[in-house]
Amino acid sequence: MKAIVHIGLKPGVLDPQGRAIARSLGDLGFSEVTGARQGKVIELDMKGNDAEKAKASVIEMCEKLLANTVIESYKIDIEA
Amino acid sequence: MKTAVIQFPAANCDRDAITALEKITGRESTLIWHRETEIPEDIDFVVVPGGFSYGDYLRCGAMAARSPIVNDLVKKANGGLPVAGFCNGFQILCEAGLLPGALLRNKNLKFVCKPQKLKITNGNTRFTSAYGGQQEVVYPVAHHDGNYYADDATLSKLEKSGRVLFKYVDNPNGSARDIAGICNEDGNVFGMMPHPERAVDPLHGGTDGINFFKSILESR
Repeated sequence: MKAIVHIGLKPGVLDPQGRAIARSLGDLGFSEVTGARQGKVIELDMKGNDAEKAKASVIEMCEKLLANTVIESYKIDIEA
Repeated sequence: MKTAVIQFPAANCDRDAITALEKITGRESTLIWHRETEIPEDIDFVVVPGGFSYGDYLRCGAMAARSPIVNDLVKKANGGLPVAGFCNGFQILCEAGLLPGALLRNKNLKFVCKPQKLKITNGNTRFTSAYGGQQEVVYPVAHHDGNYYADDATLSKLEKSGRVLFKYVDNPNGSARDIAGICNEDGNVFGMMPHPERAVDPLHGGTDGINFFKSILESR
């Protein structure tokens, strides 16, 4: 089983890297881009096959280490 | 005063901190490896040094904040042990939950490395009392992720309760409300991005950092 954790800055928290990416895309002619937010993806290989149990455990991991909830939010996908 | 400095892999300011502490206290300072589980009972003041612990993996200070020694540091700091974190040390103290807020990438995305002017906004604390009436100091800064962030309610609470000890003059990193250094509610844990430990010898280019450490020494 795999757990895919998407971590990004919360709305309202300044993301200068995302802003630089949006500006560079504009320089390349992608004028349809009005903003960008940069985050990270962490893939965890997990033992067992109880998706619900896995998700509960990954939530705990996010709260304890993977995300800093002062500035970041997270989304978890469990894949069989 | 017996002092200690915590040593993390890839932190590079532990020597600077030891040198500054030994110069100002006149006593040997103890280096404590991050895998240790206990800070000796007779230690009066702990510095969490700057650097790039764990190569800044995941987030600056995230891994170090979960190391065994920081577990004990949190316990002792909550019991009143004076602690100061500089640069990466500030990031570690925030990640460990000893100080509120977080440090984001610098607003202009640049690594900033220069002497930095700071305004002392509360001279009546165990970290600033020896400055007397002095209003401004210059400490070096050297960081990429020093943009202090906290929600508005937290920032207002910090300011109103005198927990903002230093503010930047010409904010170099985009920190909220120009905040450079803050302390916890009990006033025994302090963190800032600038490096007072790198301003204790004329050869450093300035000695404004000496009174930071003298404050702690004299407040005992």
